[in-house]
Amino acid sequence: MAVESASIGRLRRRRVLPGFGLSLGYTLAWLGLIVLIPLAGLFIKAGGLGWQGLWNIWTEPRVLSALKLSFGTALAAAAFNALMGTLVAWVFVRYRFPGKRIFDAMIDLPFALPTAVAGIALTSLYGPSGWIGRWFEAIGVKVAYTPLGITIALIFVGLPFVVRVVQPVLAEVERELEEASATLGANRWQTVTRVVLPALWPAILAGFGLAFARGVGEYGSVIFIAGNLPGFTEIAPLLITFRLDEYDYASATAIALAMLLLSFLTLFAINTLQSKLTRRGR
Amino acid sequence: MSEAVSAVIAFPSENPQLHTQNAREDARDSARKSRAVASTTEPRWVQVLLIAAALLFLLGFLLLPLVLVFVEALSGGVHAFVSAITEADALAAIRLTLLVTAIVVPLNLVFGIAAAWAVSKHEFRGKRLLVSLIDLPFAVSPVVAGLVFVLIFGAQGWAWPLIDEGWHFALPWLGEFTLQLPKVIFSTPGIVLATTFVTFPFIARELMPLMEQQGTDEELAALSLGASGWQTFWRVTLPNIRWALLYGVLLCSARAMGEFGAVSVVSGHIRGRTNTLPLHVEILYNDIGQNYGAAFAVASLLALSALVTLILKAYLEWRHGESLAANHRH
Repeated sequence: MAVESASIGRLRRRRVLPGFGLSLGYTLAWLGLIVLIPLAGLFIKAGGLGWQGLWNIWTEPRVLSALKLSFGTALAAAAFNALMGTLVAWVFVRYRFPGKRIFDAMIDLPFALPTAVAGIALTSLYGPSGWIGRWFEAIGVKVAYTPLGITIALIFVGLPFVVRVVQPVLAEVERELEEASATLGANRWQTVTRVVLPALWPAILAGFGLAFARGVGEYGSVIFIAGNLPGFTEIAPLLITFRLDEYDYASATAIALAMLLLSFLTLFAINTLQSKLTRRGR
Repeated sequence: MSEAVSAVIAFPSENPQLHTQNAREDARDSARKSRAVASTTEPRWVQVLLIAAALLFLLGFLLLPLVLVFVEALSGGVHAFVSAITEADALAAIRLTLLVTAIVVPLNLVFGIAAAWAVSKHEFRGKRLLVSLIDLPFAVSPVVAGLVFVLIFGAQGWAWPLIDEGWHFALPWLGEFTLQLPKVIFSTPGIVLATTFVTFPFIARELMPLMEQQGTDEELAALSLGASGWQTFWRVTLPNIRWALLYGVLLCSARAMGEFGAVSVVSGHIRGRTNTLPLHVEILYNDIGQNYGAAFAVASLLALSALVTLILKAYLEWRHGESLAANHRH
């Protein structure tokens, strides 16, 4: 009954509410003005360089190593976040412990804390004489001013994405399925890996994708801890700003285009994998 | 679970006295069994281990960095702290940051409402494409966001002639006119544009799932009772989305105040003029004199505003979780 009236309603009310033209027109105009036209400008500028020109810039050793560093550290940080973020979400949803609400609210700190502040705080914390860095220093591991430091900064900015995507999905997982699995003789490890985790994979992957996308382009929290040595700890966004400072707009544009294309490709691959997993889950 | 099971098992007994006794025994039994057989939760020691691992991780990555900002900010004493945040350049940076936020948030607010109204309350072709285009700025590096505006308005950009010389034209009878754009790059309009780009999807994203969920029934009822379109919007739709709107505004302002990469590219870092608070933190931190204390003092202002944001956000989720989009109900 309810379904029937809803579907009839949908047929009839297609354009009943006023303001469609106005709101859509405004949305498209503003979207075009702020996002699409400026981004199109980037593509036009890059197109002016031609394939050969783009290729020459992309294959410069300094550019290549910056791109590799940005994508490599972003992937590593997103993978680490997928693991730890899922653990944090699990602990929040399933267990009770004191201070849970406060820690839960704190998960969003990386969304709220300006990246520059996070950058200098992490640099001090993980620097050679920092509260945590000195312990790593003692066992001979350098964190700040190495790719490891960059990864740490990217873990910080990407953490909430995984937790906030996995948490609601985990809360919705039906406990009955786990009970059924237990009654059928599965031990807890089997139940978790074969019943719970398959239901979580699409969410974990989605969080991974978001954390990765954020990490690839991240600038503010990374440049302080990175040390910015060309070819070693110089990330792609930083190289873009250097090229801009030298008024080498062509080179800056080409690097930006490479970043855009590579991150769209990666996100597309993650989305495809995710929809495959979702279909199998059902 | 164990209670439910024991109640079912105990049900056939006809003697109520016996019933409760049985139930109690069964409950005890099943509790014993659940401990013996691997059941639907982890052993206590595993739980403790997992909680400890998660909290240790959060401690090192979230709590300590935050604490460190305030410790370092006050390490030079209260006097140094106060002088760092009341110095002229710092005050100018605070003013500029607030100004930019005050311009950007309303712009994105109007856009967010318009986009959510079009997308959530109507059916049309290409809707999914539109939604992904609105999300596009999330996938673009802030530095690239700054770069695209430099390419348009910078000294080699397409719009540069309009800024540099202006566009001269003559109208019949009215005489000569010159249309000249203000300077954008290395100036406030550029900072506003870059920040708008970066925070573009924030409010729309909060509103769209909620308005989708609420459907159009209430608006249709209002219209059929004779309300005009605007009346329906102001009296029916807006009250329904007000908490989600506030939530979006909160997140949008936090990001607008803290944006670094995009602003850094377009601002030119002119002290006292185009320096926002996050840029001022960077300049102090990289100063030759290694002005760490002052950098952290200014940073602590931003950290404080982040804390306020988190508290307000948690409050909204707790108090008005029902009127936020589904994924924010904790």
